[in-house]
This record gives sequence, C-alpha cells and structure tokens, in this order.
Amino acid sequence: MGGFIFKRSLQSVFSLIALIVLVFFLARLTGSPADLYLPQDASPEVRFQFNERLGFNDPLYVQFGRFLVGLLHFDMGESLQFSRPAVDVVLNAFPTTLMLAAITMPIVIILSVITGSLAAFRPGGVFDRLASFISLIGASTPNFWVAIVGVLVFAVTFRILPTSGTGTPLHWVLPVAVLTLRPTGVLVQVVRTSMITALSSAYVKTAKARGVGSRAIIFVHALRNGLLPVITVASDQAAGIVNGAVIVETVFGFPGIGKLMIDSVMLRDFAVIQAAVLVTALAVFIINILVDITYALVDPRIRYS
Amino acid sequence: MPSSIPASGTADVTHTTQTVPGPKKNSALSDILSLLWRDKVALLSAFLLLIVLVCVVVGPWLMADKARALNLMARNAPPFSLEKGWMFVLGADALGRSLLARIIVASQNTMLIAASAVAISIVVGGLLGLIAGYKEGWISAVLLRLADAIMSFPSMLLAVIVLFVFDPGVTNVILVLAVSRIPIFLRTVRAEVLEIKERMFVTAARAMGARTDRILLQHIAPMVLPTLINLAALEMAFVMLVESGLSFLGIGIQPPEVTWGLMVADGRNYLGSAWWLSFWPGVAIMLVTMALNLLSNWLRIATDPVERWRLQTTVGKNV
Amino acid sequence: MSDTPLLEIRNLSIHFPSSRGTVHVVSDVSWSVRKGETLAILGESGSGKSVSTSAILDLIDAPPAVISQGEILYQGRDLLKTPKDERRKINGKNISMIFQDPLAALNPVYPIGWQIAETLRVHGVDRQTAHARVIDLLTRVGIDDPERRAKQYPHQFSGGQRQRIMIASAIALEPDLLIADEPTSALDVTVQAQVLALLKQLQAESGMGLVLITHDLSVVEKVADRVVVMQNGRIVETGDAAAIMAAPQHPYTRKLLDAMPGRHGFTPQLAVTSADRPLLEVEHVSRVYGVAPGKLKPGNTGGVRAVDDASFVLRSGETLGIVGESGSGKSTLARMLLGLEAPTSGTIRFDGHDLNGMSAAQTYTVRRRMQFVFQDPTASLNPRMTVGQIVSEPFAIHPDVLPRSEWRGRAIELLERVGLTADHIDRHPHQFSGGQRQRIAIARALALQPEVIVCDEAVSALDVSIQAQVIDLLKTLRRDFGLSYIFIAHDLALVRDFATSVIVMYRGQIVEQGLTTQIYTNPQHDYTKRLLAASGDHLSSAA
Repeated sequence: MGGFIFKRSLQSVFSLIALIVLVFFLARLTGSPADLYLPQDASPEVRFQFNERLGFNDPLYVQFGRFLVGLLHFDMGESLQFSRPAVDVVLNAFPTTLMLAAITMPIVIILSVITGSLAAFRPGGVFDRLASFISLIGASTPNFWVAIVGVLVFAVTFRILPTSGTGTPLHWVLPVAVLTLRPTGVLVQVVRTSMITALSSAYVKTAKARGVGSRAIIFVHALRNGLLPVITVASDQAAGIVNGAVIVETVFGFPGIGKLMIDSVMLRDFAVIQAAVLVTALAVFIINILVDITYALVDPRIRYS
Repeated sequence: MPSSIPASGTADVTHTTQTVPGPKKNSALSDILSLLWRDKVALLSAFLLLIVLVCVVVGPWLMADKARALNLMARNAPPFSLEKGWMFVLGADALGRSLLARIIVASQNTMLIAASAVAISIVVGGLLGLIAGYKEGWISAVLLRLADAIMSFPSMLLAVIVLFVFDPGVTNVILVLAVSRIPIFLRTVRAEVLEIKERMFVTAARAMGARTDRILLQHIAPMVLPTLINLAALEMAFVMLVESGLSFLGIGIQPPEVTWGLMVADGRNYLGSAWWLSFWPGVAIMLVTMALNLLSNWLRIATDPVERWRLQTTVGKNV
Repeated sequence: MSDTPLLEIRNLSIHFPSSRGTVHVVSDVSWSVRKGETLAILGESGSGKSVSTSAILDLIDAPPAVISQGEILYQGRDLLKTPKDERRKINGKNISMIFQDPLAALNPVYPIGWQIAETLRVHGVDRQTAHARVIDLLTRVGIDDPERRAKQYPHQFSGGQRQRIMIASAIALEPDLLIADEPTSALDVTVQAQVLALLKQLQAESGMGLVLITHDLSVVEKVADRVVVMQNGRIVETGDAAAIMAAPQHPYTRKLLDAMPGRHGFTPQLAVTSADRPLLEVEHVSRVYGVAPGKLKPGNTGGVRAVDDASFVLRSGETLGIVGESGSGKSTLARMLLGLEAPTSGTIRFDGHDLNGMSAAQTYTVRRRMQFVFQDPTASLNPRMTVGQIVSEPFAIHPDVLPRSEWRGRAIELLERVGLTADHIDRHPHQFSGGQRQRIAIARALALQPEVIVCDEAVSALDVSIQAQVIDLLKTLRRDFGLSYIFIAHDLALVRDFATSVIVMYRGQIVEQGLTTQIYTNPQHDYTKRLLAASGDHLSSAA
C-alpha cells in the first residue's frame, strides 16, 4: 500500500510542478501591471521605476527564480491591490471556500450514495426513473442560473433568505444548495451504474445462496464494491466544486478564494493569482492523496499489490 | 446503462440465440431511425436538438433583424402574452427586443462554440489517446502526466487566467475550452485502446501479419468510435455549461456577440422587474444539456451491435 | 440411503418473456435426490440445468422470470409456497450451493474468513464460535495455516484453493443438501480431481445429498450415483449413472456420449503425408518476462520463466499436441510461434528460415504459411465486421494473393468448406452460435492456404457435441489439404483423439515428448502420470 500511495503522490507532485510553471508564465503574460496602476500619461521613466521597484524589468527566468526561492519561505510577493503579503490575502480567503466545500461534499456523497443505491435495487422501477430524471436535471442545469433564480424566488419574492454575504447560517443555505446540485446529479448516475453491476455479480448471488438478507447484501456486499468507481469520480468532482465555488462566490458575494482569483485577474495582481492557484492546487493535491488512501483502504487488491 | 439486472442463471439462455433468422435488408440509417422511434425519450431529445440545429443554421439569417429591432411599445413585455404577436411570447427586454428572437440568434454562438471546442478536443485528444494507448513508453507517460495536470486543476480557473492573457474573443474561448477537455478524450481513448488492443481479434490480425495502420484503422478505431460519439455528446453539454458560466462571469464571450450565458448575465440586473430575461436563456441551456445527455445514453447502446437487443426488446425503457 | 427424497422437484416450468415471444428455459422438469446420494444434472449450455437449480434457492429474479408451474419439495414442504424470509433461512443452512467461478463468487473486498463466518452469523452463530468454526472448516477443506489465511483476501489464493474456500462456506452449517454448479469446470484437471475427491469425502462424512450440475461426462462417470440428462429445458433421460453411461437410451444422450473423445477407443492418428520434412523447428527457446530479448545469460535466474528451454520439431503432415495446465507456458509458446512475442533466447525455424533473423518483408510471406485458431471464437472475431469481411481479411492484409473482385467468391467457398452457407456472409459474428463462430475462424485460417495451423485451445470453449463436430472438421481438412497442426489443449482425451505426437509441458518446461500412443500408454515422467491419472483410466489404455 505504501508503494501505491508513494507512486500516486509522485505523479501528483509532477502535476503540481507543471502547474506552478504554467501559472507563473501565464500570469506574466496577462499584460503589464504598470498599465493598470499608473495613469495613462505616466512617463516611460515612471513606468520603468515602477517596474524596477517590483522587479518586473528583470528577465523572466530571474523573476521565476526569485519566485521559487520565495516559495520555499512561503513568500509569494506582495499583493498590489491590498499591499499585504499575497499569502496572507489568500489564506484569509481560503477558509470560506474550504468551509463551502466541506459542507457541500458530505451532502453530495451521502445524498448520491443513498439515492443511487436505492435506484439500483430495482432498475427500471418508479424510484429509479424518478431518481434518474431528477439527477439528470441536476447535472444539466447551469449553476449560475439556479443561483440567480434562487435569489429571485427565496430572497426577492419570498424574502426568507438573504441575497449575499456570509453573516448567518441562513446565508449559506442557497450557496450550498447551488453547489450541491451538479455533483450530486453526476454522482447519482455513477453510483447507480456501479451498484447495478455489483448487485448482479456472482458474489451477490452467492451471498443470497448463503442466506444473507437483502439489507446486508446491498450495504455490506454490493456497496463496498460499488463505491470503488464512485471514489474516483468523487475526486474529479472535488475539482468541480472549486469551479462551482468561483461562480457561487461571485453571485453571492462570498469572500472566498474563487472570487479573490477573479478579482485579482481583473486587477493584474500577479502575486495573489500565484498564491491562490498554488494553494488551490495544493488542496486538490491533498484531496487526491486522501482519495487514493481511501481507495486502497476499500480495495484489498490494491493494498496487497 | 443496462436497465435491468440480468436474471440470475440466465447465462444459459443467452447462449441459445442461434443464428438470428431473416436478414434485414434495411439500410443502416433506417435501422437507426426505427430504433430511435422505439425510445420515446431519445426521440424527443433528438427532435429538440434538431430544432436547435435549425435555429443555429437559419436562425440568425431569419431573426437577426427582429432580435435587433427596438420596440418601445414592448419594453419589458412579460412572457405568455400574445397581444404583441407571437414574437413576444417569451417577453421582451428593456429595449423592447423580442426575447424569443434573441434566444434563437444566440443559439448559433452558443452551439458553435461548444461544437467547435468539442471537435478540436476530439481530434487532438483522440489522436493523442490513440498514440498513448498503442505505443506505451515515455511519450505516453508524458502525455498522461500533462493530462493529469490539466485535469486536477479546476478548469474554470484555468479558463479565467488564460482568457485574461489573450482577449476573450470567440476563438480564444473555443481554444481554452478545447484544451481543458482534451485530457478527457485522451484518457478515454487511451483506456479503450489499451483494452481493445489486447482483445483476441486484434491479436488475430497481428498474427495474420497486419500492419499497425491497418490494426489502428480497421480494428481499433471503429471500436473506439461509439465511445467517442457518446462522450462527445456528454462533453458538448458540459462545455456549453462552462462557456455560459464564463460568459456569465464576464470573462467569456463579450458583447456585442451574444450567447445564452451572456443573456442570463445581462438579465441579472433586471431580476426584480423582468425575471424572464434571465430565466428563458437558462431554460434553453438546461433543455439542450438534458437532450444531449439523454441522447448520449441512447447512442451508447444503439451503436453497439451486441448491446442493441436491449433497445429492440424494449422490456425497460432507458431513462 | 433412506427412501423419502430429501428434495424433490415436480413438474417445474420456468420461462422468460421477451419481445420475440416467451423463452421456455425449463419445461416440466421433475427429479429428486436422497440423503447421501449424488445426483448429476448433465446438459450442455442452454439446457436449463442451472436455472432449474437456482430456483431451489430462490436465486431467480422473478420477474422477469416466471415460474409457471411445479413444486419444489424440501422434506415434504413446497419451497415455492414458502415466504421469502423463511426460504432465506433455509439457504446456506439446510441447502447450500457452490458455483463455477470461485473468484467471482467470493466478494473481493472482504477476507475469506469473514465471508465464511458471515454464513454462520446470519444463521445465528455468535462471533467467537463462528471464528473457531472457520479455522476448523478451513483445515477440513485442506487450507494450510488457516489462522493466517483466514485474514487474506480471495485474490491471494489459487483457483483450487478458492473453490475449497467456497466449499468450506457451503458446508459450514452441515446442510442436508449441497448443490454444486459446474464446481470444477474452471479448474485444471489435476485440481479438478482433488476438488471432486474432497466433495465425495465430505459427503461420506456427513451423509448430505449432492446435486452436481455439469456438462462434463467424465465428472458424471467419476462421482454420480444417478443422472438426469437435460436438453433445451427438458429432461430427456434419467436413471442410474453407470447404466446410462453404459447403455444410453435417448438419442441425445447417445450423441453426447459418442462425442466424448475416445469413447469407443482411440484410433491411432497418423501423419497425413509421407514426406518426412521438418516444417517447424524449435530449438532451446525460452521466454523470460522481465528480461529483454537477447539479454539472457546462462545461469541467469531472474525474471519469470514462462517457457524454459523448449525444443521440438513439427514435421509436415504431423499433428503435434501440446498439453499442460494453466501456467505451463503452452500459450506463450504458441504466441512465439505466431510471432506475437519474441523468444528471450533460442531459435524458431520455419521451413529452414530462422524467424528471428528475418526482415519484416520475409516474415510477412512466411506468416501466410502458418495460420491459427484461438480459443474463444467470440473474442477472436471483430464484432463489428461481417463474416465476409472477417474471412477475406487475410486477402486484405496480403493483397497480392487474390484480386479484390474475387474475395467474396472465395469467402463463400471457404464458408461452405467449413460447413456454413453463402447467405451467412453478410451477418455479424454475434448472430452465430459458438460452434459456428469457430467455423468462421477456421475458414479465415484456411484463406491463405497455410501449411500449419496453430490451434490454441481451439475447441475448449465449446460444448462436447460441438467440440466433436469441430474436431471432425479439422480432421477432414487435415486429410484434404495435407495440413499440419500444433494443437494446444488442456483436455488430454481430445489430444489423444487428434494428435499424432504429443508434448507435455509443466511449469514452462517440456517434461516429455513422443508419439501420442507411446506417451499415453507408457508415460515416463511423474507429471504425465499424474495428469493421466486425473483424467480417467480409459485414456491410458492401448487402442
């Protein structure tokens, strides 16, 4: 198992490095910050000094080298828009997004595992068709649209939920609901398919022949096997939740990392983009390793190979 | 998706299907159409997509004037009222432009962007996947790691950054979406190729002395194609959602170009007074996405000669 | 043996509704089994033998299946009228069942000890007692070091051990009746014999009834007291096993028995041409995985030796049988002969040409003269091609053989040559039965008029009666075209019936080779003797 985790971690590290390089150079290409921060008629000398002060005149590889050295000290430069260390700005926004994901993910998993398993128990039955149809709607609806329709219905028309902000638990209801929608829709289908396969397997037939009851067959025998493909897809959905968070945070004015990134791109705030991307990538990296560990725990064939 | 669990112990039964009597002389097309006719859900999806296709092709040509025509009488006209003519059945915006006409006109950009992005990722991802699957080695390893790197990073953020480097025109949106979906096609095709190339009929072709190009084109590609078509439909739906999300955030398609996602964003400011401005374009996105999903499900079964009996027997509908 | 039957099935009928009308899987089937008795239900695929027994344990999904009539009486009580909950309590406790593929039948994510204990626990045994019983049971079915192995997972055991574990789980509560559905079909012949012996021994100890579902007449011969012969969902013959084996009454039973290779003694197989020309020479060929070709040094013990220093000669007109169990290296050898894998060391010469030293173009021409038929006809035919395309594919690969306009005509000729008809040409493989598909594969192999055909388990996936037909076809072709065969098989009777000479492989090495009659009647190597003993006595008798 150790070997398996080590191999997978190594692969993730490769991805992480590729991303650091990619993001650094792409961010440098977004245009000169001098254009944005200095008046249009600023003299070339002023521009030069501005760039000189922040190190933007050095060759790219020098900037990159400085960036890497800084990384080792958790120093990712100064945010232009906040005049604070970029790491601080990002770490400040991070908990909000993390919280959003931490509330959403368990809801998604529990909801889809239960719905998918029950649908798989009688394929073609009333519940299965209903679940398939609703999950299809969930997977097909644009989340930004649900967000504003939600605002329209619950905040504007009925006035039972706030429109934006993070003050009270009520503020979290709509964002979490919107964020849950698509991943649940996708996962229900995955759970259903893998559970149908598991339930029609020979070991389930054998369990019936040994006199094991239906509840144990679904939740003890089939579910653990049926979960294997689900775990893989669930990790993809984790990246999907970050996607969703960008939209949800923008619509609901959540001061999370998604909103911060969009704001920073608009303001050409290199340091914050780098820090935010890195922190997000690191989070995805950690999630991937956790998923691999879960996989190995559930499937002994991986643990003992 | 198999819609029924095979009964325990039916393995014996399936073997008895001896030579199926009566060769059907139908062409492949009418065969597919008659299969489609049996599955009403898929039929409905195909019908909806056909309407959208008509809108994409002739919509802007027919409706461009109507979509631009300002009509002060119809400013913020609510939907479902036919007194101003059927053009205003879905309502009108603050300038009195027919919403229906605007949705029809916007369908072209929306669908073309999604279709082009998917087409690019199919060609690039498919070819790379074929290579990575058939020739294992360092090229395959590098391609896979790159695909992992792109996949493990939320695509929305990648698009956000890239679209700010290059300006967010139609072409760049297409390219960004294509790049972010290439890994999916690469991985899927590679996995299929890895599996198919170990099958006995490929071994048989190799033992007969067939060259690599014949094996890839005659034996492997036709087996991968149905999966690709099915995935393309799913991806088209997904790419449409991402594009409309980007446009909604203001970093995708820029005015005066228009897509459904942009229309939702525009309508957001009038949420309290004219909800329909955001509502109908969103419904359009949802319906097309659903239709693509449903059709892709159906396609997967219909394109497999071994699985096709599931549709022909219509014991359980696949929803 | 007491007189009242333990289990009795009366007039059982089961059908499945489908769009092409109702499929009657089991029609009016009646049989019974007593305590201590072994009843064999014999039939080929599609005979309904598995479905009828699945009904006993309520393993049929109804709907869609419909049990339209009949009774299943267990100790006088009709199970079909018993509530599901009570039937579940009977499963595993009073009646238990084991299946063909023990790897699929064991849940891959739980330790095997846990799975056996589960059977005990669902029937009310407490955890401590269950654990002790598990260790006890594992010992009884012959698993060494049971304390440690109980904690291991199914993939950590061999096929034979897995079936032993299945048996341990099935006898855990000392049931009155054990139903075994093809329990040995997936196992090697020597392991098969051991598992059957274990079942008989357990039966002798506990006096349970045993219902053995099988397609294998030799299994019936070895263990059954009585036999029920099924065909197309009906019972065609039933009675004392020995009597039926000796004098079958029904034509179908007779056909089955006649299809058994060597049933009426073996005719010595002779080379079909007199020319004593070495066609294929294999010299010191080894295939070691984990070592690059040509890098093998003498005395190197690293890597996995799939084939170890194999040498033999195939003369023109000869049929060379290669026998061995799984892991013996016989398939790897076939792959090397067909050029699908390169030997790590050694040379393979075809008609004097060294296959390794050849240019691609030369190999290309030599390949034509050596064709193949693989085990699973379903897998070896591209499902998306028509039969015509499949049979003419060799012409497409070797375009100088035949102009395109003649492909179709030749394909039809070839199909007719193997017993199919011209109107089959536009159909797809899935529209054919297994035997017909193998005929298509043979037609494809004949297309380039080869001199050698390598048959890798070419008939193993087929029913006995179909097997016999295909072997007959191969024999006819051998005579008509002067073909040589390399015939790889695990079924010793088949090889004796078909091959002129034999190679016995064991763990990558050729342990014995010689003329078929000589090897079978006077085996020298220990392993050959064991193999022959496990396969039945009639094999070794002189023709």
